[in-house]
Formats: sequence, C-alpha cells, structure tokens
Amino acid sequence: MTATIDSPRSGKNSSGKISPQYRRTGASRGNFEMFAWLFMRLSGVVLVVLIFGHLFVNLLVGEGIQAIDFGFVAGKWADPFWQIWDLAMLWLAMLHGTNGVRTIINDYAEKDSTRLWLKIVLYAATTVIIVLGTLVIFTFNPCPVVDGVPLPGGFCPA
Amino acid sequence: MPTKPAGTLYRGREGMWSWVGHRITGVVIFFFLLVHVLDTSLVRVSPEAYTAVIGAYKNPLMALGETGLVAAIVFHAFNGLRIIAVDFWKKGAKYQRQMLWTVLALWVVVMVGFSIRHLSLALGGH
Repeated sequence: MTATIDSPRSGKNSSGKISPQYRRTGASRGNFEMFAWLFMRLSGVVLVVLIFGHLFVNLLVGEGIQAIDFGFVAGKWADPFWQIWDLAMLWLAMLHGTNGVRTIINDYAEKDSTRLWLKIVLYAATTVIIVLGTLVIFTFNPCPVVDGVPLPGGFCPA
Repeated sequence: MPTKPAGTLYRGREGMWSWVGHRITGVVIFFFLLVHVLDTSLVRVSPEAYTAVIGAYKNPLMALGETGLVAAIVFHAFNGLRIIAVDFWKKGAKYQRQMLWTVLALWVVVMVGFSIRHLSLALGGH
C-alpha cells in the first residue's frame, strides 16, 4: 500500500490551497520592502549627481573650502536653483540613509524591543533633521535683524 | 538563542568585503549628514555663528577628515552604481568582481585628484 504525499507548495493539500505556514504573502507588509529596495537604487543614482555637484562647487572651484562663509551660503540660496538642489539632496540623502540604517538595525539587533527603540530614535532624528533643514532653506534671511539692528556679517540692501 | 560557530567567514572575497565597505561608509556618511545639517542650520542663528562653526572645518586636521569623508562618499557612490549593475544588468552578477576592481581603480583616480586639490586649498597659506 502506498500513500501519496503532495509537496507542501503544490497547492494540492486537502483544502485545495497552499497551507498557511507555507504562504509567503498574507500578513505581510505589502510591497513596502520592494519599494524600499527600489528607492535605494533610484535615490542612489540621483544622489551621486547631487552630492558630486555639491562637493565640486563647494570644495574644488575657486578658493574651495576657504571661500565658505555666511556670504557664500547667502549667494547660493539667492538662486532657487540651489535651493531646490539642496532641498532634494537633504530629503533624498536623509531617506536613503535612514533606510540604510533601518536595514542595519534589522540585521544586528536581535531583541524585538531593542529593534523597536533603535528605530524610534532613528525616525525621530530623521524627522527633526528633515524638518529643520527644510525650514532653514526656505526661511533663510541674508539680512538677519535683531531688535531693529542688522546682525554683523549679514547682507542687507543698501 | 543559537550560538555562533567560531572562526567562520561568510564567503569572503570581493563580494563580501565590498558589502562590508558599503555598510561602514554608509553609516559614516549618515552620521556626518546629521551633523552637517545642524552646522548649516546656524545660518539661521547669526552670520557670526555660522562663520565660526565653518571655521572649524578649515583647520588642517579637519581637512584630513574631510578627505576621509569624501573617500567614503566616492567609494559608496561608485560601489552603489556597481550594486545597481549587479541587480539590473543581465551580466551584472557574472562580472561583479571585475566591476569592484573598476570601482576601486576609479576611486583611486578620483581621490588622488580630490586630495591634491582640496589639501592644497585647505592647507595652503593665505
């Protein structure tokens, strides 16, 4: 007498469906991990251009790092081109880096509670840095004034 | 909890070591990015506060640190493009080793050029 045992993933168990323990979808996080994987590659390509451009313009042209001061930043952010450049760089780099660190936490933190807390700290830091950086780019004032007196080093209209 | 077997090394060679390098450079860049957004944010405090903190980036020791940071960025960038080629190019996995040596060769060329330019600007007398 022989018994036929179907392969667990053949879809031929008694209910006619794949047994729940072999199912790869279901109570999953949808396609989140696939989008995260794709985002790393797409943002990575864009970041190569944005960051290489940033390093070239800030460190290699003219006087390089010696030329960087408040006036240098004011000069760049007077142009919407560099505002958008820096904004894109901020958001993409922070999200790319946060997802990378998230992956590392998932790989090395073995306790559930450790993973949870590390990720809470990570996401809090990411939120603070992205919000702060975005506000700085859009509220930058080349002529800061305190109590009616322009601060030294500012660039004020004559 | 499973105990770790002693003295094992996962696969090794180009594939594993490029992965290790990608992780380490990624974490270094991420922490610098946090600091860099904070120091740039001082433009909203006062011109003097920003100029003071940026002055810290202009001392000789920091110039070496910046060169190290750019070395990490350039490796992460080129190796990242290699990872994309491994994932999306039909022959990517087959040529991953050759691509890593190409990454390292380009990295040396870019870093020699960058180091000469940046260090001479940063360390050069004014």
